[in-house]
Amino acid sequence: MSERTVADHETVAEVEGLTRRFGRTTLALDNVSLRVPKGSVFGLVGENGAGKTTLIKHLLGQYKPQSGTVRVFGESPIEAPEKVLAGIGYLSEDHDLPGWMRIDELINYTQAFYPDWDDTYAEHLLKTFELQPEAKIKTLSRGQRAQAGLLTALAHRPPLLLLDEPSAGLDAVVRRDILGAVIRTVADEGRTVLFSSHLLDEVERVADYIAMISKGKLVLCDSLDAIKAKHHSLTLHVEQPWTKPPTVPGALAVTGGGRDWTVVTDGRIEEARTAIRTLGATILEETTPSLEDIFVARSGRRSILEEG
Amino acid sequence: MHIHISPKNGVPLYLQIVNQVKYLVASGVLKSGDEILPIRGLAEKLLINPNTVARAYRELETAGILVKRLGAGTYVSAEGSPLAWSERLKILGERATGLLTEAHQLGVPVEQLIELIQKRSQELAWNETEGSKHE
Repeated sequence: MSERTVADHETVAEVEGLTRRFGRTTLALDNVSLRVPKGSVFGLVGENGAGKTTLIKHLLGQYKPQSGTVRVFGESPIEAPEKVLAGIGYLSEDHDLPGWMRIDELINYTQAFYPDWDDTYAEHLLKTFELQPEAKIKTLSRGQRAQAGLLTALAHRPPLLLLDEPSAGLDAVVRRDILGAVIRTVADEGRTVLFSSHLLDEVERVADYIAMISKGKLVLCDSLDAIKAKHHSLTLHVEQPWTKPPTVPGALAVTGGGRDWTVVTDGRIEEARTAIRTLGATILEETTPSLEDIFVARSGRRSILEEG
Repeated sequence: MHIHISPKNGVPLYLQIVNQVKYLVASGVLKSGDEILPIRGLAEKLLINPNTVARAYRELETAGILVKRLGAGTYVSAEGSPLAWSERLKILGERATGLLTEAHQLGVPVEQLIELIQKRSQELAWNETEGSKHE
Protein backbone atom coordinates (compact mmCIF):
# COMPACT_ATOMS: atom_id res chain seq x y z
CA MET A 1 0.00 0.00 0.00
CA SER A 2 1.34 3.42 -0.85
CA GLU A 3 1.38 6.04 1.85
CA ARG A 4 -1.55 8.35 2.08
CA THR A 5 -1.81 11.68 3.75
CA VAL A 6 -5.23 12.86 4.69
CA ALA A 7 -4.56 16.56 5.12
CA ASP A 8 -4.51 17.65 1.49
CA HIS A 9 -7.27 15.41 0.22
CA GLU A 10 -10.30 16.60 -1.64
CA THR A 11 -13.77 16.52 -0.12
CA VAL A 12 -16.17 13.60 -0.56
CA ALA A 13 -19.11 14.97 1.40
CA GLU A 14 -19.84 18.43 2.68
CA VAL A 15 -22.61 19.84 4.82
CA GLU A 16 -23.02 23.59 5.22
CA GLY A 17 -25.32 25.29 7.74
CA LEU A 18 -27.69 22.32 7.81
CA THR A 19 -30.76 22.75 10.01
CA ARG A 20 -33.62 20.28 10.37
CA ARG A 21 -36.75 20.51 12.47
CA PHE A 22 -39.27 17.80 13.15
CA GLY A 23 -42.55 19.42 14.07
CA ARG A 24 -42.38 22.75 15.86
CA THR A 25 -40.31 21.91 18.84
CA THR A 26 -37.70 19.31 17.89
CA LEU A 27 -34.52 20.75 16.45
CA ALA A 28 -32.78 17.61 15.15
CA LEU A 29 -29.91 19.45 13.45
CA ASP A 30 -28.93 22.99 14.30
CA ASN A 31 -26.69 24.79 11.80
CA VAL A 32 -24.29 21.88 11.26
CA SER A 33 -21.29 22.33 8.95
CA LEU A 34 -18.68 19.67 8.30
CA ARG A 35 -16.45 18.27 5.59
CA VAL A 36 -15.52 14.63 5.03
CA PRO A 37 -12.07 14.39 3.38
CA LYS A 38 -11.53 11.74 0.71
CA GLY A 39 -9.60 8.68 1.86
CA SER A 40 -10.42 9.15 5.53
CA VAL A 41 -12.44 7.36 8.15
CA PHE A 42 -14.89 9.86 9.61
CA GLY A 43 -16.51 8.99 12.93
CA LEU A 44 -19.80 10.56 13.95
CA VAL A 45 -20.37 10.32 17.69
CA GLY A 46 -23.08 11.50 20.04
CA GLU A 47 -25.76 10.22 22.37
CA ASN A 48 -28.88 8.49 21.08
CA GLY A 49 -31.13 11.06 19.48
CA ALA A 50 -28.29 13.56 19.00
CA GLY A 51 -28.96 13.83 15.25
CA LYS A 52 -26.46 11.36 13.77
CA THR A 53 -29.00 9.34 11.79
CA THR A 54 -30.75 12.52 10.61
CA LEU A 55 -27.43 13.78 9.25
CA ILE A 56 -26.71 10.49 7.46
CA LYS A 57 -30.19 10.47 5.92
CA HIS A 58 -29.50 13.92 4.46
CA LEU A 59 -26.35 12.57 2.80
CA LEU A 60 -28.46 9.81 1.25
CA GLY A 61 -31.11 12.24 0.05
CA GLN A 62 -33.76 10.63 2.25
CA TYR A 63 -34.28 14.05 3.83
CA LYS A 64 -34.30 17.34 1.99
CA PRO A 65 -32.42 20.16 3.76
CA GLN A 66 -34.85 22.69 5.27
CA SER A 67 -32.00 25.15 5.30
CA GLY A 68 -28.34 24.79 4.39
CA THR A 69 -26.73 22.63 1.73
CA VAL A 70 -25.60 19.02 1.37
CA ARG A 71 -23.10 17.86 -1.24
CA VAL A 72 -21.85 14.33 -1.86
CA PHE A 73 -19.25 13.85 -4.63
CA GLY A 74 -19.95 17.51 -5.37
CA GLU A 75 -23.65 16.85 -6.12
CA SER A 76 -26.89 17.42 -4.26
CA PRO A 77 -28.35 14.03 -3.23
CA ILE A 78 -31.82 15.46 -3.89
CA GLU A 79 -31.10 16.83 -7.38
CA ALA A 80 -28.78 14.06 -8.60
CA PRO A 81 -29.74 10.97 -6.57
CA GLU A 82 -28.57 8.50 -9.21
CA LYS A 83 -25.04 9.94 -9.24
CA VAL A 84 -24.81 10.10 -5.47
CA LEU A 85 -26.40 6.78 -4.58
CA ALA A 86 -24.36 4.85 -7.16
CA GLY A 87 -21.25 5.74 -5.19
CA ILE A 88 -22.51 4.93 -1.69
CA GLY A 89 -22.59 1.65 0.18
CA TYR A 90 -25.04 2.05 3.05
CA LEU A 91 -25.83 -0.01 6.12
CA SER A 92 -28.76 1.33 8.11
CA GLU A 93 -29.02 1.29 11.86
CA ASP A 94 -31.77 -1.31 11.99
CA HIS A 95 -30.36 -3.38 9.08
CA ASP A 96 -33.77 -3.16 7.38
CA LEU A 97 -33.69 -5.74 4.62
CA PRO A 98 -36.72 -7.37 3.00
CA GLY A 99 -37.49 -10.29 5.31
CA TRP A 100 -39.15 -12.49 2.68
CA MET A 101 -36.06 -12.59 0.44
CA ARG A 102 -33.41 -15.26 0.55
CA ILE A 103 -29.80 -14.09 0.79
CA ASP A 104 -29.04 -15.07 -2.83
CA GLU A 105 -32.18 -13.18 -3.93
CA LEU A 106 -31.06 -10.13 -1.96
CA ILE A 107 -27.68 -10.31 -3.69
CA ASN A 108 -29.28 -10.55 -7.17
CA TYR A 109 -31.67 -7.75 -6.35
CA THR A 110 -28.99 -5.37 -5.02
CA GLN A 111 -26.61 -6.23 -7.85
CA ALA A 112 -29.12 -4.89 -10.38
CA PHE A 113 -28.63 -1.37 -9.02
CA TYR A 114 -24.85 -1.30 -9.29
CA PRO A 115 -22.90 -1.71 -12.56
CA ASP A 116 -19.67 -2.04 -10.55
CA TRP A 117 -20.92 -5.05 -8.57
CA ASP A 118 -18.04 -7.47 -7.93
CA ASP A 119 -19.29 -11.09 -7.99
CA THR A 120 -16.03 -12.57 -6.78
CA TYR A 121 -15.91 -10.19 -3.83
CA ALA A 122 -19.57 -10.87 -2.96
CA GLU A 123 -18.84 -14.61 -3.03
CA HIS A 124 -15.79 -14.09 -0.84
CA LEU A 125 -17.78 -12.08 1.73
CA LEU A 126 -20.55 -14.70 1.74
CA LYS A 127 -17.98 -17.37 2.67
CA THR A 128 -16.15 -15.17 5.21
CA PHE A 129 -19.42 -14.38 6.98
CA GLU A 130 -20.54 -18.03 6.73
CA LEU A 131 -23.93 -17.03 5.33
CA GLN A 132 -26.19 -19.63 3.65
CA PRO A 133 -27.36 -18.31 0.24
CA GLU A 134 -30.74 -20.06 0.52
CA ALA A 135 -31.50 -18.75 4.04
CA LYS A 136 -34.49 -16.40 4.33
CA ILE A 137 -33.59 -13.00 5.77
CA LYS A 138 -36.36 -13.12 8.36
CA THR A 139 -34.82 -16.28 9.84
CA LEU A 140 -31.38 -14.65 10.34
CA SER A 141 -29.96 -13.56 13.68
CA ARG A 142 -29.28 -9.86 14.23
CA GLY A 143 -25.59 -10.47 13.58
CA GLN A 144 -26.24 -12.36 10.34
CA ARG A 145 -28.60 -9.64 9.17
CA ALA A 146 -25.86 -7.07 9.78
CA GLN A 147 -23.41 -9.25 7.81
CA ALA A 148 -25.87 -9.60 4.90
CA GLY A 149 -26.40 -5.83 4.92
CA LEU A 150 -22.67 -5.25 5.04
CA LEU A 151 -22.16 -7.60 2.08
CA THR A 152 -24.59 -5.65 -0.10
CA ALA A 153 -23.03 -2.36 1.03
CA LEU A 154 -19.48 -3.52 0.21
CA ALA A 155 -19.76 -5.70 -2.92
CA HIS A 156 -19.99 -2.85 -5.41
CA ARG A 157 -16.80 -1.38 -3.89
CA PRO A 158 -18.36 2.03 -3.27
CA PRO A 159 -16.15 5.14 -3.04
CA LEU A 160 -18.12 6.09 0.11
CA LEU A 161 -19.19 3.60 2.77
CA LEU A 162 -21.89 4.95 5.11
CA LEU A 163 -22.54 2.93 8.25
CA ASP A 164 -25.15 4.04 10.77
CA GLU A 165 -24.44 2.53 14.22
CA PRO A 166 -23.21 -0.66 12.55
CA SER A 167 -22.07 -2.33 15.79
CA ALA A 168 -25.11 -1.59 17.95
CA GLY A 169 -26.33 -4.72 19.69
CA LEU A 170 -23.90 -7.06 17.93
CA ASP A 171 -21.51 -9.61 19.42
CA ALA A 172 -17.72 -9.24 19.29
CA VAL A 173 -17.26 -11.48 16.23
CA VAL A 174 -19.58 -9.46 13.99
CA ARG A 175 -18.17 -6.20 15.36
CA ARG A 176 -14.73 -7.40 14.23
CA ASP A 177 -16.15 -8.11 10.73
CA ILE A 178 -17.46 -4.56 10.59
CA LEU A 179 -14.21 -2.94 11.78
CA GLY A 180 -12.32 -5.17 9.33
CA ALA A 181 -14.55 -3.91 6.50
CA VAL A 182 -13.91 -0.30 7.49
CA ILE A 183 -10.14 -0.89 7.56
CA ARG A 184 -10.03 -2.74 4.24
CA THR A 185 -12.19 -0.07 2.58
CA VAL A 186 -9.98 2.81 3.62
CA ALA A 187 -6.81 0.83 2.85
CA ASP A 188 -7.92 0.95 -0.79
CA GLU A 189 -6.66 4.15 -2.32
CA GLY A 190 -9.13 7.02 -2.19
CA ARG A 191 -12.11 5.25 -0.61
CA THR A 192 -13.85 6.89 2.33
CA VAL A 193 -15.84 5.66 5.31
CA LEU A 194 -18.31 7.65 7.37
CA PHE A 195 -19.79 5.83 10.34
CA SER A 196 -21.72 6.72 13.44
CA SER A 197 -21.19 4.87 16.67
CA HIS A 198 -21.59 5.12 20.40
CA LEU A 199 -18.76 2.59 20.93
CA LEU A 200 -16.03 5.14 21.42
CA ASP A 201 -13.11 2.74 21.70
CA GLU A 202 -14.04 1.40 18.26
CA VAL A 203 -14.20 4.94 16.91
CA GLU A 204 -10.82 5.71 18.46
CA ARG A 205 -9.35 2.62 16.77
CA VAL A 206 -10.33 3.50 13.22
CA ALA A 207 -11.27 7.17 12.84
CA ASP A 208 -9.07 9.87 11.27
CA TYR A 209 -11.70 12.55 11.91
CA ILE A 210 -14.36 12.90 14.57
CA ALA A 211 -17.53 14.95 14.68
CA MET A 212 -19.29 15.04 18.02
CA ILE A 213 -22.97 15.99 17.94
CA SER A 214 -25.03 16.88 20.96
CA LYS A 215 -28.72 17.81 20.77
CA GLY A 216 -28.38 18.60 17.07
CA LYS A 217 -25.35 20.87 17.49
CA LEU A 218 -21.84 20.14 16.35
CA VAL A 219 -19.76 20.46 19.53
CA LEU A 220 -16.44 19.17 18.22
CA CYS A 221 -15.15 18.47 14.71
CA ASP A 222 -11.47 17.85 14.03
CA SER A 223 -8.87 15.19 13.34
CA LEU A 224 -8.59 12.63 16.13
CA ASP A 225 -4.94 13.63 16.58
CA ALA A 226 -5.86 17.28 17.08
CA ILE A 227 -8.64 16.39 19.49
CA LYS A 228 -6.32 14.20 21.53
CA ALA A 229 -3.58 16.85 21.53
CA LYS A 230 -5.97 19.53 22.73
CA HIS A 231 -7.47 17.70 25.70
CA HIS A 232 -5.64 16.95 28.93
CA SER A 233 -6.50 14.96 31.99
CA LEU A 234 -4.92 16.19 35.23
CA THR A 235 -4.83 14.20 38.45
CA LEU A 236 -4.63 16.48 41.51
CA HIS A 237 -3.91 16.00 45.16
CA VAL A 238 -4.50 18.49 47.98
CA GLU A 239 -3.38 18.22 51.61
CA GLN A 240 -6.51 19.92 52.95
CA PRO A 241 -9.65 18.26 51.50
CA TRP A 242 -11.82 20.38 49.23
CA THR A 243 -15.54 20.31 49.88
CA LYS A 244 -16.49 21.44 46.38
CA PRO A 245 -14.90 21.10 42.94
CA PRO A 246 -12.31 23.77 42.09
CA THR A 247 -12.78 26.27 39.28
CA VAL A 248 -10.12 25.62 36.64
CA PRO A 249 -9.86 27.54 33.31
CA GLY A 250 -10.74 25.36 30.34
CA ALA A 251 -12.12 22.58 32.55
CA LEU A 252 -14.82 20.47 30.87
CA ALA A 253 -15.32 18.22 33.87
CA VAL A 254 -14.05 17.96 37.42
CA THR A 255 -14.55 14.68 39.25
CA GLY A 256 -13.40 13.25 42.54
CA GLY A 257 -13.67 14.49 46.09
CA GLY A 258 -11.74 15.22 49.29
CA ARG A 259 -8.01 15.22 48.59
CA ASP A 260 -8.10 13.62 45.12
CA TRP A 261 -9.53 15.20 41.99
CA THR A 262 -9.37 14.70 38.24
CA VAL A 263 -9.80 17.58 35.78
CA VAL A 264 -10.34 17.16 32.04
CA THR A 265 -9.48 20.35 30.17
CA ASP A 266 -9.96 21.62 26.65
CA GLY A 267 -6.76 23.47 25.72
CA ARG A 268 -5.58 26.36 27.94
CA ILE A 269 -3.30 23.88 29.69
CA GLU A 270 -0.82 26.50 30.96
CA GLU A 271 -3.62 28.55 32.53
CA ALA A 272 -5.07 25.41 34.10
CA ARG A 273 -1.70 24.39 35.59
CA THR A 274 -1.17 27.86 37.06
CA ALA A 275 -4.69 27.97 38.52
CA ILE A 276 -4.27 24.53 40.10
CA ARG A 277 -0.96 25.48 41.72
CA THR A 278 -2.43 28.77 42.96
CA LEU A 279 -5.18 26.76 44.65
CA GLY A 280 -2.45 24.85 46.49
CA ALA A 281 -2.90 21.50 44.76
CA THR A 282 -0.18 19.22 43.39
CA ILE A 283 -0.51 17.82 39.86
CA LEU A 284 0.30 14.13 40.26
CA GLU A 285 -0.16 13.18 36.66
CA GLU A 286 -0.97 14.68 33.26
CA THR A 287 -2.27 12.30 30.62
CA THR A 288 -4.05 12.31 27.29
CA PRO A 289 -7.66 11.30 27.89
CA SER A 290 -9.27 8.63 25.76
CA LEU A 291 -12.03 9.66 23.35
CA GLU A 292 -14.48 8.16 25.81
CA ASP A 293 -13.12 10.33 28.66
CA ILE A 294 -13.41 13.40 26.41
CA PHE A 295 -16.94 12.49 25.39
CA VAL A 296 -18.08 11.92 28.98
CA ALA A 297 -16.41 15.18 30.09
CA ARG A 298 -18.14 17.10 27.29
CA SER A 299 -21.54 15.54 27.80
CA GLY A 300 -21.50 17.26 31.20
CA ARG A 301 -22.84 14.25 33.05
CA ARG A 302 -21.21 12.33 35.83
CA SER A 303 -20.76 8.66 35.21
CA ILE A 304 -23.04 6.24 37.00
CA LEU A 305 -20.12 5.01 39.11
CA GLU A 306 -19.62 8.39 40.73
CA GLU A 307 -23.25 9.09 41.52
CA GLY A 308 -23.56 6.63 44.40
CA MET B 1 5.27 -9.50 16.48
CA HIS B 2 3.06 -9.28 19.54
CA ILE B 3 1.56 -5.80 19.88
CA HIS B 4 -1.30 -5.00 22.17
CA ILE B 5 -3.43 -1.91 21.55
CA SER B 6 -5.65 -0.35 24.15
CA PRO B 7 -7.78 2.63 23.02
CA LYS B 8 -9.05 3.09 26.59
CA ASN B 9 -5.73 4.09 28.16
CA GLY B 10 -5.62 7.41 26.29
CA VAL B 11 -2.11 7.12 24.79
CA PRO B 12 -2.42 7.83 21.03
CA LEU B 13 -2.52 4.49 19.20
CA TYR B 14 0.41 5.29 16.89
CA LEU B 15 2.52 5.97 19.97
CA GLN B 16 1.50 2.66 21.54
CA ILE B 17 2.84 0.91 18.41
CA VAL B 18 6.04 3.00 18.35
CA ASN B 19 6.81 2.25 22.01
CA GLN B 20 6.08 -1.44 21.74
CA VAL B 21 8.18 -1.91 18.60
CA LYS B 22 11.01 -0.03 20.33
CA TYR B 23 10.76 -2.37 23.31
CA LEU B 24 10.57 -5.47 21.11
CA VAL B 25 13.78 -4.34 19.40
CA ALA B 26 15.39 -3.27 22.70
CA SER B 27 14.70 -6.67 24.21
CA GLY B 28 15.98 -8.55 21.16
CA VAL B 29 12.62 -10.18 20.37
CA LEU B 30 12.78 -8.32 17.05
CA LYS B 31 16.26 -8.58 15.54
CA SER B 32 18.13 -6.52 12.97
CA GLY B 33 17.00 -7.64 9.50
CA ASP B 34 13.67 -9.08 10.67
CA GLU B 35 10.81 -8.18 8.34
CA ILE B 36 7.80 -6.63 10.04
CA LEU B 37 4.18 -6.83 8.92
CA PRO B 38 3.16 -4.50 6.10
CA ILE B 39 1.00 -1.51 7.09
CA ARG B 40 -2.23 -3.06 5.88
CA GLY B 41 -1.45 -6.41 7.50
CA LEU B 42 -0.81 -4.92 10.93
CA ALA B 43 -3.87 -2.63 10.60
CA GLU B 44 -6.11 -5.61 9.89
CA LYS B 45 -4.54 -7.66 12.67
CA LEU B 46 -4.92 -4.94 15.30
CA LEU B 47 -8.20 -3.62 13.82
CA ILE B 48 -6.96 -0.05 13.60
CA ASN B 49 -6.76 2.58 10.88
CA PRO B 50 -3.94 1.92 8.35
CA ASN B 51 -3.05 5.64 8.57
CA THR B 52 -2.19 5.10 12.23
CA VAL B 53 0.13 2.20 11.44
CA ALA B 54 1.71 4.21 8.60
CA ARG B 55 2.38 7.07 11.01
CA ALA B 56 3.96 4.73 13.58
CA TYR B 57 6.21 3.19 10.92
CA ARG B 58 7.25 6.65 9.69
CA GLU B 59 8.24 7.64 13.25
CA LEU B 60 10.18 4.40 13.67
CA GLU B 61 11.97 5.00 10.35
CA THR B 62 12.87 8.54 11.41
CA ALA B 63 14.19 7.15 14.70
CA GLY B 64 16.36 4.74 12.69
CA ILE B 65 14.70 1.62 14.09
CA LEU B 66 13.00 0.51 10.88
CA VAL B 67 14.12 0.76 7.27
CA LYS B 68 11.91 0.53 4.24
CA ARG B 69 13.29 -1.29 1.21
CA LEU B 70 11.58 0.06 -1.86
CA GLY B 71 8.79 -2.29 -2.89
CA ALA B 72 10.16 -5.03 -0.67
CA GLY B 73 8.77 -4.44 2.77
CA THR B 74 9.90 -2.91 6.04
CA TYR B 75 12.70 -4.31 8.19
CA VAL B 76 14.35 -3.78 11.56
CA SER B 77 17.45 -1.72 10.80
CA ALA B 78 21.03 -2.63 11.62
CA GLU B 79 21.18 0.21 14.17
CA GLY B 80 18.16 -1.13 16.03
CA SER B 81 20.33 -3.07 18.44
CA PRO B 82 19.12 -4.55 21.72
CA LEU B 83 19.51 -2.45 24.84
CA ALA B 84 21.74 -3.66 27.63
CA TRP B 85 20.01 -5.66 30.35
CA SER B 86 20.55 -2.80 32.81
CA GLU B 87 18.80 -0.37 30.42
CA ARG B 88 15.80 -2.66 30.12
CA LEU B 89 15.53 -2.90 33.90
CA LYS B 90 15.79 0.88 34.11
CA ILE B 91 12.81 1.34 31.74
CA LEU B 92 10.72 -1.12 33.75
CA GLY B 93 11.90 0.40 37.03
CA GLU B 94 10.29 3.70 36.07
CA ARG B 95 7.06 1.96 35.19
CA ALA B 96 7.16 0.04 38.47
CA THR B 97 7.45 3.27 40.45
CA GLY B 98 4.33 4.60 38.73
CA LEU B 99 2.44 1.39 39.35
CA LEU B 100 3.44 1.25 43.03
CA THR B 101 2.39 4.87 43.50
CA GLU B 102 -1.04 4.17 42.02
CA ALA B 103 -1.42 1.00 44.08
CA HIS B 104 -0.54 2.96 47.23
CA GLN B 105 -3.07 5.68 46.41
CA LEU B 106 -5.74 3.08 45.75
CA GLY B 107 -4.91 1.32 49.00
CA VAL B 108 -3.84 -1.93 47.30
CA PRO B 109 -1.05 -3.75 49.20
CA VAL B 110 2.12 -4.77 47.29
CA GLU B 111 1.41 -8.48 47.80
CA GLN B 112 -1.91 -8.18 46.00
CA LEU B 113 -0.34 -6.12 43.22
CA ILE B 114 2.23 -8.90 42.64
CA GLU B 115 -0.56 -11.46 42.61
CA LEU B 116 -2.42 -9.36 40.05
CA ILE B 117 0.67 -9.12 37.84
CA GLN B 118 1.16 -12.88 37.94
CA LYS B 119 -2.49 -13.48 37.11
CA ARG B 120 -2.40 -11.06 34.17
CA SER B 121 0.84 -12.63 32.95
CA GLN B 122 -0.83 -16.03 32.80
CA GLU B 123 -3.83 -14.56 30.99
CA LEU B 124 -1.64 -12.94 28.36
CA ALA B 125 0.26 -16.25 28.08
CA TRP B 126 3.42 -14.95 26.47
CA ASN B 127 5.91 -17.56 25.42
CA GLU B 128 7.96 -18.33 28.54
CA THR B 129 11.21 -19.03 26.68
CA GLU B 130 10.91 -15.75 24.82
CA GLY B 131 10.29 -13.83 28.04
CA SER B 132 13.21 -15.29 29.97
CA LYS B 133 15.80 -15.00 27.21
CA HIS B 134 18.61 -12.59 28.07
CA GLU B 135 22.32 -12.22 27.79
